[in-house]
Amino acid sequence: MKDYQAGYIKIALPKGRFLSPTANLLAEIDLGFEGYSDKTKQYRLRSARFPSLSAKILQEKDIPIQVAVGNYDLGICGLDWIEEFLVKYPAGAIIKISGLNYGEGGIHVVASAEAEITSLDELSARGSCRIVSEYPNLAEAFALNLRMRRFRIFPVWGAAEAYPPEDADLAVLWGKSRAHIAAQGLIPLEKLLLVTAFLIANRESLENKDLSQILMCFDSKLSAEPQTSIDHELDICKELKITRPSWLAKEINLALPDGHQQAPTAQFLKQAGLVLQGYSEEVVSRRPSAGLDWLGIKVIRPQDMPLQVANGNFDLAITGEDWLREHLYRFPSSPVKKLFALGFGTVKIVAAVSQEIPVADIDELRSLVQSSKFAPLKVASEYINIADKYLRDNHINPYKLIPTWGASEAFLPEDADMLIDNVQTGKTLKQHKLRIINVLFQSSACLIANKNSLSNSDKKEKVKFLTQKLRAGLL
Amino acid sequence: MQDLLPEEMLRFRRIEDVFRTSCRNWGYHEVRTPTLEYLYLFTATGTLTPSMLSKVYSFLDWDGWSGERVVLRPDGTIPVARLYIDNLGGQELARLFYVTNIFAFKGTGKVNRERWQCGAEFFGGAKLAPDVEIILLAEEVIRRLGISNVGLKLSHAGLVKALLKEFKLSPAEEAKMTDRILEGNWQALTKAKSTSPETDRLMAALLGLKGKSSSFLHNVKASFPKASQDFKSSLEDLLSITTLLDNLGCSYEIDIAAIHGFEYYTGICFQFLADREKIGGGGRYDRLVPLMNGEDIPACGFALYVDPIMKLLPLEKEKKGKSGILVKGKESTPEIIKACFAVAESLRDAGQPAELDFTGREESNYRWVILVSGKEPSPFVLTDCKRNRRRDATSVAEIFKVVREG
Repeated sequence: MKDYQAGYIKIALPKGRFLSPTANLLAEIDLGFEGYSDKTKQYRLRSARFPSLSAKILQEKDIPIQVAVGNYDLGICGLDWIEEFLVKYPAGAIIKISGLNYGEGGIHVVASAEAEITSLDELSARGSCRIVSEYPNLAEAFALNLRMRRFRIFPVWGAAEAYPPEDADLAVLWGKSRAHIAAQGLIPLEKLLLVTAFLIANRESLENKDLSQILMCFDSKLSAEPQTSIDHELDICKELKITRPSWLAKEINLALPDGHQQAPTAQFLKQAGLVLQGYSEEVVSRRPSAGLDWLGIKVIRPQDMPLQVANGNFDLAITGEDWLREHLYRFPSSPVKKLFALGFGTVKIVAAVSQEIPVADIDELRSLVQSSKFAPLKVASEYINIADKYLRDNHINPYKLIPTWGASEAFLPEDADMLIDNVQTGKTLKQHKLRIINVLFQSSACLIANKNSLSNSDKKEKVKFLTQKLRAGLL
Repeated sequence: MQDLLPEEMLRFRRIEDVFRTSCRNWGYHEVRTPTLEYLYLFTATGTLTPSMLSKVYSFLDWDGWSGERVVLRPDGTIPVARLYIDNLGGQELARLFYVTNIFAFKGTGKVNRERWQCGAEFFGGAKLAPDVEIILLAEEVIRRLGISNVGLKLSHAGLVKALLKEFKLSPAEEAKMTDRILEGNWQALTKAKSTSPETDRLMAALLGLKGKSSSFLHNVKASFPKASQDFKSSLEDLLSITTLLDNLGCSYEIDIAAIHGFEYYTGICFQFLADREKIGGGGRYDRLVPLMNGEDIPACGFALYVDPIMKLLPLEKEKKGKSGILVKGKESTPEIIKACFAVAESLRDAGQPAELDFTGREESNYRWVILVSGKEPSPFVLTDCKRNRRRDATSVAEIFKVVREG
């Protein structure tokens, strides 16, 4: 029994796409949360109206899991992440209380307009199908229900739309509407679900704890019926205008990062004398061009690159050493190799604990865990394999890993005891009253390659040309 | 996860022993497949249903970057079919059996992670005789185990599929309905709207009545002359099997709903129930081997579920009485320990189980206790625990003589 009597109620609120409509809703029903806005730097909020109510701002993906394990009594997040969790763990302790009256788009199964796949029946009969998705559980359930003979799911951190047709046959992704998907050169084959924001509750909290005051506030805003008409109008236009990007299989494929790493990478490529169209800070294209007819370039998430280089989708990629290690710790015999560091995007991967925990280093922490004060030690990290290896190597036992999607500092101290994450200056950690107890390693952007591409007689000359050109950027 | 304690292992081994002996007597050969298999073996239509697949333990293999995944074996038959295709494909006929664990989670994941089964598969051969062979083999094992009140229920996958066709559902709806039926949800079908009163009548007859001999099927055949060709040929198949079972004196009940869990069955399906608990099942699966890229080889088989059978077994009687020999050292000196080991070894060589003890505890579960003092002239004291008699012994030979005479 947790603090039912004390009556503390915790709600998890989303970052990102649903932050501002959720903030509007909360203001409207007057839950009394000051400072829940796009600009907020803090993760924790207290209600000015209900002294027992507190909130934490989390990545949307983390909310269903955090509510299910009981760290939060209530949560607000998109139906896509709830279903992604429930399809795999139907007995998970999440109760969907009600849809809220906002949301956007849906989860679609799409193929490339180039691939000439027009129906799902064709696919299920095929020998093999590669599916890329940020929603691996939904993608798997879809493939199983379609009775695909042989399928492979490639979970990605993002940019799923960039993979078909060369690097995946299907993608399961979020799209605003069918028209929006078609504009990306993709054909929507099936809609799996509509994405609306949902209020969810932990089963045990709902059974044991008085949440009525809070639920009553929501009452007026709960939609009786799950909304179904959000992009209905857009969807009924049958004539989809599908943009067909001209696309040809290329001899050499290079992956470049999006997100934070994009600007410094663009700068570096310029230095190296590689002129790209569609990769400067202003223009975002998933397929920039270098004006070389044999070179295909794609912009994807740096987290996904080692695996995508290992499976041969790309010969070369610019990613971080942290993500390369994360991959190699999991798959030691992977054919991915670091060629050289590029000297930018340097971060430190650190282990940190709350300042309240009186330990200066990992050895002291081990003793503390052994004395069973923190057993199991809960460790939040977006680097699951790095964290796992670090904890094993240091004989921390027992421990539990909490996978996060970045911003692990939000989890300490309530929902985790330790984090393993990257820092640039360490300022953020200090702000959140955390203490670094160990620097695991330093990481910067690097060029990685598939070993087979380096030795393949058809490829190695061009790969060499490209790596030499990039190496010139170092000087 | 489940621990099997010594008492349970005795029952487990007994089931295995009876099963192995029967299988060997019928000409079956034992095989063993790996615990890890590729996931794709189990995903195609005609293998496991999506709801079963949602409960498998699957994970990335060492070359996880390829996206290939492996599973902890969720089923016994499909791996054996793969083994047959990969290694014995040249044999037109193969009788194989296995004792294996299968893995699946249910709801909370706390129960039923690992279950054991004893299975036999018959690859190749014509129809009819193998169908009856596997039923009789399974029945023999159950009989030899001494489990009473066991009922045999028969159904037919072809008959169920033909019946489903009568509802003229769309392919997607039909697939969904099949899944539901395989999960045991027949209400879904009874609630679905049929296209003709004839179908309703057929449904009522098949779901409402439980025949106990082939005569029932003759009656069905005569009452529904307009049934589809698929239905009739499946009915004919079931009819010939039941007629043969009648002639062999095997009793059963025809229950169309006795088909559960597996998509791969194409012909006869059967279940063994002890009271209301399923203790085994099997059937004919002619399309599985070709579906898995093997040749067009028909097959059938069954599995007995070890976990429920263990609960039904009577306690092992002979283990209750006093048995075995305990060799006790009077002290823990190197000389006495050495002497004890020597005596025990001679006893074991002579085929007598002998256990060692140096703790000085009082033991009552043995037939004989030999106390080794090492002191001449009689270094041994032999106690007959059954008759409560005690005597000195001067040599191992003397002990042998007494023990042998009992």
